[in-house]
Amino acid sequence: MAKIFVENKPYEVDAKQNLLHACLSLGFDLPYFCWHPALGSVGACRQCAVKQFKNEQDITGKLTMACMAPASEGTRISIQDADAAEFRRAVIQGLMLNHPHDCPVCDEGGECHLQDMTVMTGHSHRTYNSPKRTFKNQYLGPFINHEMNRCIQCQRCVRYYREYAGGDDLNAFRLRDTVFFGRAEDGVLENEFSGNLVEVCPTGVFTDATLKHHYTRKWDLQMAPSVCTHCALGCNTTVGERYGSMRRVVNRYNHEVNGYFLCDRGRFGYEFTNSPARLKEPMMRGAVVSKSAALESITVGGRAIGIGSPRASLESNYALRQLVGAERFYAGVSGAEGTAVAAALSILKSGAVPSASLLDVEQADGVLVLGEDVLNVAPLMALRLRQSLRNAPMRAAKKFNIPPWLDHAVREMVQDQQGPLFIASPYATKLDAVATATERAAPDDIARLGFAIANAIDRGAPEVAELSEETRTLAASIAHALLGAERPLVISGASCLSTAVVEAAAQVAWALHRQGRAQTRIAFTMPEANTFGLALLESKTLADALKEDGIDTAIVLENDLFRRAPEHLVREFFEKVPHVVVLDCLPTLTTAAAEFVLPAGTAAETSGTLVNSEGRAQRFLRAFVPSGSVQESWRWIRDIAVAGGRTDCAWQTLDQIIAAMAQDCPALREVPEAAPARDEAGKIAREPDRYSGRTSMLANITVHEPKPPQDVDSALAFSMESGFRPAPAPLIPFFWAPGWNSIQATNKYQTEVGGPLRGGDPGTRLVAASVQAAEYFREIPAAFRPAAGEWLVCPAFHIFGSEELSRHAPGIAELTPKPYIALNPVDAEVLGLHAGDAVQVTLDGVTGVVPAILRADLPRGVACLPAGLPPFEGCALPSPGKLALAKPEFSVRGTP
Amino acid sequence: MATITERPLTSRLRQDREPVLAEEYERAGGYQGLRAALRMAPNEVTDLVKRSHLCGRGGAGFPTGMKWSFVPMGKDAPHPKYLVANADEMEPGTFKDRALMEGDPHQLIEGMAIAAYAIEADIAFIFLRGEYQLSARRLTQALAEAYERHYLGRNILGSGYSLEMYLHISAGRYICGEETALLNALEGKRAHPRAKPPFPQVSGLFGKPTIVQNVETLCNLPHIVSKGAEWFLGLSPTGEGGTKLFGVSGKVKKPGLWELPLGAPLRELLEEHAGGMRDGTRFRGVLPGGASTDFLVDEHLDTPMDYAHVAKAGSRLGTGTMVVLDDQTCPVGMVWNLEHFFAQESCGWCTPCWSGLGWTEKILLAMEEGTAVQHDLEILKFQPKFMAPGNTFCAFAPGAMEPLQSALKYFGDDFQRHIKEKRCPWR
Repeated sequence: MAKIFVENKPYEVDAKQNLLHACLSLGFDLPYFCWHPALGSVGACRQCAVKQFKNEQDITGKLTMACMAPASEGTRISIQDADAAEFRRAVIQGLMLNHPHDCPVCDEGGECHLQDMTVMTGHSHRTYNSPKRTFKNQYLGPFINHEMNRCIQCQRCVRYYREYAGGDDLNAFRLRDTVFFGRAEDGVLENEFSGNLVEVCPTGVFTDATLKHHYTRKWDLQMAPSVCTHCALGCNTTVGERYGSMRRVVNRYNHEVNGYFLCDRGRFGYEFTNSPARLKEPMMRGAVVSKSAALESITVGGRAIGIGSPRASLESNYALRQLVGAERFYAGVSGAEGTAVAAALSILKSGAVPSASLLDVEQADGVLVLGEDVLNVAPLMALRLRQSLRNAPMRAAKKFNIPPWLDHAVREMVQDQQGPLFIASPYATKLDAVATATERAAPDDIARLGFAIANAIDRGAPEVAELSEETRTLAASIAHALLGAERPLVISGASCLSTAVVEAAAQVAWALHRQGRAQTRIAFTMPEANTFGLALLESKTLADALKEDGIDTAIVLENDLFRRAPEHLVREFFEKVPHVVVLDCLPTLTTAAAEFVLPAGTAAETSGTLVNSEGRAQRFLRAFVPSGSVQESWRWIRDIAVAGGRTDCAWQTLDQIIAAMAQDCPALREVPEAAPARDEAGKIAREPDRYSGRTSMLANITVHEPKPPQDVDSALAFSMESGFRPAPAPLIPFFWAPGWNSIQATNKYQTEVGGPLRGGDPGTRLVAASVQAAEYFREIPAAFRPAAGEWLVCPAFHIFGSEELSRHAPGIAELTPKPYIALNPVDAEVLGLHAGDAVQVTLDGVTGVVPAILRADLPRGVACLPAGLPPFEGCALPSPGKLALAKPEFSVRGTP
Repeated sequence: MATITERPLTSRLRQDREPVLAEEYERAGGYQGLRAALRMAPNEVTDLVKRSHLCGRGGAGFPTGMKWSFVPMGKDAPHPKYLVANADEMEPGTFKDRALMEGDPHQLIEGMAIAAYAIEADIAFIFLRGEYQLSARRLTQALAEAYERHYLGRNILGSGYSLEMYLHISAGRYICGEETALLNALEGKRAHPRAKPPFPQVSGLFGKPTIVQNVETLCNLPHIVSKGAEWFLGLSPTGEGGTKLFGVSGKVKKPGLWELPLGAPLRELLEEHAGGMRDGTRFRGVLPGGASTDFLVDEHLDTPMDYAHVAKAGSRLGTGTMVVLDDQTCPVGMVWNLEHFFAQESCGWCTPCWSGLGWTEKILLAMEEGTAVQHDLEILKFQPKFMAPGNTFCAFAPGAMEPLQSALKYFGDDFQRHIKEKRCPWR
């Protein structure tokens, strides 16, 4: 800590930070543009000038850029100083010379950092009367709209995109007051985190192109804190609604989870909520029926089973489990996935190494990835992992007294040096570009490498039999690098559906821990938003359910069984079960085959709890009340129960079902801690103070303003009126502070800039590591031997396409790959295949024809299919399959 | 005591403008400085240069030996270390380094080898202005000769010291002459300047200790090592040490370039060497050290041209190549021309520079076109304050403001006439 003086008053601040960071953390309003808490200082915009004095006697002082000066002991500054204020006004005036007067038609208006800072500095009168410079805008893809005339050259976009996110197709071109930020030519931005440009850009150059389709000002959005459902990381989001449709997603800062950023799937996948195909009313045998008619016709007796879902809330899964009984509740995932996830969960519970938060990932300084395509499975983890690679080389910068926040000085010193990152995966991943070493192998060989690394770290871990000299050397060098790290991290997960890979990852982490690396962490990626939560209910899997006989009713919760098991098995199941009830938000093959379909709400329309891959329970709250009969699945299940005369499932509010769940399931005891209950917080408005048109929104239907809906589930109200208490962190509906209308208002909610939210970051960890170290795993698989005529078909994950719901968002659909099968060129030659040839793939009893692509990075005997995409989305991959050049009758152009 | 007529830097230059190549250079005493330096310890070379008071000839005038002393030395020092010759001579009105490189390329190579040896550099670059094609050809030839004769490469002259030297031809842009922007450009990045600290001596090219030095500065080194610090100090009548290449352009009778003692009087330069003003023109002012220095006027004509005296007169020695303004030329038009250049060359990094220069240029053009109003003059007067040293990221914009602020001071009436008469009175 250091004592600094602002306007001659003493303050305690973090001496390791710069003055801008210190001033903002103290709550002062000091304008800035080029600085960003996640990007550090570069001193480009000169907006944060303050007057700095040498000592108490110095009354002249000298202008200093607060972002470039350390907050060292005894520093004396003035923000109000007339010279400083005049200079800041002049900087804004300079920025405004070429900035168009288009706020009324600009998408950023009302949440524009440039607007806020302009008002803050007091620049209001324009004297520039020469022509403004203009640019030609570019097409940047379905997510980002480009409007370069508004650019103020703060450099944030390229710094974020290139230096932070590792993209290289966005650049700064030209010079003087005509710097152009864009691509060399029109085209879709290639980086998977391009959406953050919307928030990183302080004005309206990069705006949300999906919002443009149904534009609403921030002040007209009804908003709520939500959790992203498009992967298992549980990034915190703010979702916004107007006129009954979902308008957009922005980042909701959580220091320990997503920090300041989201991936493009998470930000732009939301449009599935507005899909015209949405199920809105109950249906019986394909016909819409009333809610009561549906409920009357569904009977749940002793021969009913429930099939839960890793994409449904804990509450809905719990409700179904209560309805049918724990013994008759099945996790709606494949057997292989259930086993792999259970193995991961057991490791986190019984081992001494805790799971890593995403903040832990960013702070790691030596990383091993086993069997994961991190970028495509858990995108934001890849972004934070990328930052972690700077930790080791940055220690060198510290030796030269270069503070970490002096961003470009650090980057110039560190150059291309990266901390240790080792990636073993079945196919080449995008992160390989920054890896120290990579290994391409089949899952069993990946596991063997992991076990070998563990053995090289700790001789007490079992040896791997018949290890090649090459693998042994690689394992030794990885072990050496991980042992050299202060905060080593092992990343693995269920993507290979291999218990051996998961166990090998644990073995490495445990070996490091036994060698005294107490800061070791392990991160398991999980397939879906609530995979972890479902696993905590410790149920049998779909594979078991499909084998059951004598079922009269199956209730399927938010699940498309055709994505969980091969089609013929699901068809058989439907044939033998007379009554199938499906709750879901969108039509699927499963809803099509069901007798009853009940419309379930999406995350933006409902409230509940999800457990992310870290084991953190997080509450999401509805932004709006959905139209039609759509409601939370747990409420449908309750209605079914109540209609059937049950009294034990009659929960009325979210807090009631959470309390019941916490009492019934020891593993979920802490779930109520995820967020304050309805009566624990004062009233919180979902609508900003300036929300407009409330009384006229429905005036075309009735001039009588209807009573706003009441929310029995949370302290959030469908209103502009808040109580007097500030919203607790998990219930913050949107970030806003007087004078700070943009997302930069986040500063005002943190204990210090870039630190935890006041009152602690949202969510509560449900799984703690064991105090005692677990025994090493002894079972090590044999090396992978490709069988003649057979391929091990592995899943290749795609950020756009592999996840079920986001695929219904038009932008994501546009970027989803076409079906393919990838194989090694040498294997292709054996089969007589060329790139583009139609290949007949037989897998898990399913046959399909897809075009071939050749990838030299694939090991011999391994082929890849895009995960979660037709026609093999029901097959649990990896799985052995047969490939053959398709006969002409399979040709696409053939007519029957 | 050396005579005042000594011209160490240019005495070898040939009348036929052909380059002095290796053989001729050696015959004239070339590479004796390097031989002598290699017999000394690196820190002895640095000490010698410190004692000589040699200051940077690129414009800023920082003491050369002191700059070198910040480079980490010894066993634990990071390697490779770099020496870069800043040959990106783009200051309007400046053509002194060009003369040295075209005429006597080995002198630069020898100077660089000495500097590199003093800081124990492993790699040296000549960062050459793209348009200097003749320099590029001659330096390429000289480098090949130097390698052949073991002045460069592994184990130079059997000393155990090795140095690789490369010629890098710039892709252009004035800002590349700023030493840290130059380093970014050399790394293949956008040429915007870097924050200091950390200084290049600690974290420079590719994050390693680096010294960037102007061509003329480096060319002094062989002579200092050969003849000693006292000899060098004695060259200058004002005690600042050494000679300086001075150039004069504008409407003088004999524009040109001369090597004179540092501290030669401005009047002697303009009247004796440049032959005075052309007939029919009268002297109004001079930019003494290139485009980014303040005007000096009649009252300053007796200023000795060295760092301290020119600073006292309210300007900077800069590159020592001056541009003369006469009474037949519109000062507003001249300043517009300069600010147009600076506005064009702003790297676009910091707001005061890219926005302020853009506006400055437009107002000056409006004055020339007769459309400026009185308030524009207020805005113009504010720009030097806005772009004052410290307010901008690097010294580029404050430099660009020097001719403007001094023109406003000395030629204020001319600006007023443009507004009142709604035209340029010189047209």
